[in-house]
Amino acid sequence: MFAYANPKRFMDLSGPFVPWLATAAAILLVVGLYLAFTAPPDYQQGDTVRIMFIHVPAAWTAMMAYALMAFSAAIGLINRHPLADAAAKTAAPLGALFTALALVTGSLWGKPMWGAWWVWDARLTSFLLLLFLYLGYIALWNAIEDETRAARATAILAIVGAVNLPIIEFSVEWWSTLHQGESILRKGGPLIAPVFLWPLAAMALGYTLLFFTLWIVRIRTEILNRRLRALQMGAA
Amino acid sequence: MTEFLAQGGYAAFVWPAYGVSVAGLVVAAVIVWRSYAKAKAHLAALETRRP
Repeated sequence: MFAYANPKRFMDLSGPFVPWLATAAAILLVVGLYLAFTAPPDYQQGDTVRIMFIHVPAAWTAMMAYALMAFSAAIGLINRHPLADAAAKTAAPLGALFTALALVTGSLWGKPMWGAWWVWDARLTSFLLLLFLYLGYIALWNAIEDETRAARATAILAIVGAVNLPIIEFSVEWWSTLHQGESILRKGGPLIAPVFLWPLAAMALGYTLLFFTLWIVRIRTEILNRRLRALQMGAA
Repeated sequence: MTEFLAQGGYAAFVWPAYGVSVAGLVVAAVIVWRSYAKAKAHLAALETRRP
């Protein structure tokens, strides 16, 4: 794995991959949006069910991004690998964006369905904590000037914060909450009708591929900027 | 069309949710791409100046 993790190899290998990934993400999102607005209104939730097609993918991507960030940070911490540090660092702002989108769309769904923009229940509170973990992680990177020390300190924060992921996931089972329980990846199959499942699947995959596209481009930017800094330091 | 825009009376929630999501993702994509192009151009300029 580390043979491919050399920054130079990464630049060579990821370059041709980006346009394909971006195209696949765009196609899935267009198809997903079409299906999302041609699906019938839900018999209980009416047209607000359409918010699900952007809320659930944003929340899923936000959690996946955190898991990937914590994993990269751990690799960086254990193996002192600069590419792993760059991967963790560049995932954070994207993860924060998807978290914010999940919170805003959730709020816009909560108001008409629950009668409240926000409730301090386990799922929502743990998800808000996810946003603060991302923001804290970004702030810590910016606060420490030395790259190696910053990578180490932020890695510890990212790994400790990963405890929040299972808390978010199981919050709907462990505590009584307004938020609905697991209804897609569950024993006995999904609880959602296929007419809602297809747009949700297309959007979830589209969001995932969009995240990977943006993440790879951000890692490439970080590698270029590091090379730039090294050249400037050499010239000075 | 009017019916579509009304979203069964939930237009005030459905459209802002989609608006915020599309705007957020498009702005992020533009920022990510611009910083990449900028870094690439800077590096190219610096590398051509050096033998």
